[in-house]
Amino acid sequence: MSSQTSPQSTQMKKEDPDLKRFLEILNERTKDLNPKISIDKYGRAIYIEISNEKLHELAERLSKLGIDHVKSVTGVDYPSENKIELLIHAGSYLRTLRKYTIIIKSFLDRSSPKTRSLTDVWPSAEFQEREAWEMFGIYFEGHPDLRRLLLPEDFEGTWPMRKDFMIKTRRPGEVEGPWK
Amino acid sequence: MEVDRDSSNDFLSNLSQELFMIRETGVREEGERLIELQIGPAHPGSGHMRILAWVDGDIVVRCDPDIGFVHRTIEKLSENRAYIKTIPLVERPSLLDTTPITIGYVNAVEKLMGIEAPPRAKYLRTILAEITRIASHFYGIGILAVFLGHSTGFMWAFGDREVMIELATMLTGARITYAYVIPGGVRRDMPQNFPDQVEKGLRYIERRLKDWEKLFLNNPVVERRLRDIGVLKPVMARRLGITGPNLRASGVDYDVRMAEPYEAYDEIDFMIPVAEEGDAYARGLVRFKEIEQSISIIRQAIKKIPDGDIISPQISRLFNPLMKKIYAETRRVKFPSLLATLKPPKGEAMARVEAGRGEALFHIISDGSTNPYRFRFVTPSFRNVILFKYLIPGHRVADIPAIYGSIDYFPPEADR
Amino acid sequence: MERGVVFVGDINIFIRRLVRSLVEKKPIRDLIDWAVAYSLWPVHLMTSCCGVELAGGYSPRYDLERYGSLPFVSPRQTNLIIIEGTLTRKMARVARITWEQMADPKFVIAMGACAIDGGLFWNSFNIVRANEVMPVDVYIPGCPPRPEALASAILALQDKIRKVGIKREDIEILRKYVEK
Repeated sequence: MSSQTSPQSTQMKKEDPDLKRFLEILNERTKDLNPKISIDKYGRAIYIEISNEKLHELAERLSKLGIDHVKSVTGVDYPSENKIELLIHAGSYLRTLRKYTIIIKSFLDRSSPKTRSLTDVWPSAEFQEREAWEMFGIYFEGHPDLRRLLLPEDFEGTWPMRKDFMIKTRRPGEVEGPWK
Repeated sequence: MEVDRDSSNDFLSNLSQELFMIRETGVREEGERLIELQIGPAHPGSGHMRILAWVDGDIVVRCDPDIGFVHRTIEKLSENRAYIKTIPLVERPSLLDTTPITIGYVNAVEKLMGIEAPPRAKYLRTILAEITRIASHFYGIGILAVFLGHSTGFMWAFGDREVMIELATMLTGARITYAYVIPGGVRRDMPQNFPDQVEKGLRYIERRLKDWEKLFLNNPVVERRLRDIGVLKPVMARRLGITGPNLRASGVDYDVRMAEPYEAYDEIDFMIPVAEEGDAYARGLVRFKEIEQSISIIRQAIKKIPDGDIISPQISRLFNPLMKKIYAETRRVKFPSLLATLKPPKGEAMARVEAGRGEALFHIISDGSTNPYRFRFVTPSFRNVILFKYLIPGHRVADIPAIYGSIDYFPPEADR
Repeated sequence: MERGVVFVGDINIFIRRLVRSLVEKKPIRDLIDWAVAYSLWPVHLMTSCCGVELAGGYSPRYDLERYGSLPFVSPRQTNLIIIEGTLTRKMARVARITWEQMADPKFVIAMGACAIDGGLFWNSFNIVRANEVMPVDVYIPGCPPRPEALASAILALQDKIRKVGIKREDIEILRKYVEK
């Protein structure tokens, strides 16, 4: 049976003049940094891939455009390619830009991931960068207060969110024994 | 150092000005005058976190939140479990308003898979989300009252919260943790007498809100303790990335339900309550006004709800005959085994929702297997922690619970 | 020869021995058990998410104060500790310190599936089981358990205290205090 479609179901790739205009301005301001810009099929998330040295410059230009806060700073671990990908979600409180989320991706070397801190451009990144440091080992240069946030002080072991930190898994049919 | 009696007010305001400009080293040269206070977890005024405050006499000079007491590593656990087993995991951090957070996660999974819930399911999800939002705001108001010492407010708030929990029990069967929302729709339909019961409940809450105004909002002691305490200017709120009623009490009318509508919110009219002063009293007031808006949303949704399926046809064609019979007779959804081990295609998806305390963000990266490769999950309380560091310095020690209660910070939500 | 019924000697020693024997005899011991059972005051330590049902338990609908228990602020003046929910490592240290600060006789209730054996988070690296940290008297299953379940647990604990009595070592402490 066919159910009636509500207006939201046609939100895939609606023609959105605001989005087009914003992408034009973005392209023109950041052309020389050579980013790779794409949008997802629902028209709300804008993905920007950029190399690590130009990340701070891109952040400054975005904040002049109106993107004024950071929602999340984290990493994704790809051990087979020997890379950690830095994933930043940023957004804006201005009325015209509220519905878009900018997702910035940048690849770091897995053996010693280092990048420049974004707290001088976006102060809301302070606690997010502390969590990214203690979970992945990404060192943010220039962060005012980089220390543990969530894990206990006497925690030993490597960075927990990396893929080589294993936790127990239950296979089907297995009954777990007493906890050691 | 000499301080005249009549210029002590200037001294205080100069001190707090100075502190807002010194961002990091709030420690003065005379280090011996400072005492470090640890307001630890086993304290009725602190919840599950530790507040470290350096005080000079009675004025707080520097404050540092020590969180992580409830860190249950949900992001790491979700990499070992199937997509549908992560739904109870995602529910547990923000235990008071579980449904908006679950809706966000399920929206992200649905975007990955490319399916969509039918309209009746969207309306049911919206009704449950607003019911839990009212319950969550009552919890916030109750905690604010009990931190000020107003234990009647605590008792009233938790008693009124029970009305909403009863309504949710009628709809889903559980008190607090429902697991009602699944990719593709919802699990149960609403019973026949549900609209009448909802109307009775909402009328009771409206009568109580008038009593609350007399007891709490127009109370001179509460006003004295909350007015002009913890003032958050709009510029600072934007730069620190604050969300939720704290932001709306500072004058910025940002709400994800209007900015990027999801579920049935673009067919329902509602307003966003905004206050201008930004102090603790405004934050409490905004929560009361949001309860009124939620009541109006529930009424409109119950009137407008369409008939139809409650589960998307792409999933209901996987039912075997017994499940089809149960669905046709009692409108309950049983899981086909393919849903339990679903493998979405490779890709990424992102979803945003407005929970009771602010904006929550979900980002899933999948590599084609039954477990997600990376699941990122930011809750509104985690974005609001930064207020401890920047709002409390300059106030007295007795204002720390007042500011804490007005921010409505919930530690299990922030630590995930 | 029966202790306590000594008529010869110093009056001080006679009174001490009399009191000691009376305290261990049935009527007063039952009185002490009754008093402890009906004044179980839990300390105000919120461990994790079951705290919502604990707060709901002390709300007007499921009033638990009528059983004699009142959440009180100081660990020195309470005799019950309710571990609700998951115990992470940071919080386990705090719970142990609070438990050691409480005066004898003291009791522990473990509330929720996470306190019994890990519950939903059984394979996380950051949690410990409740019975590794302190000896538990009553377990309550549920996720989260209803406030009525918490009420029945308090009643079960009261039954246990009145039947079994408070522990033998505590009577030794009473005796030593009386002897001084």
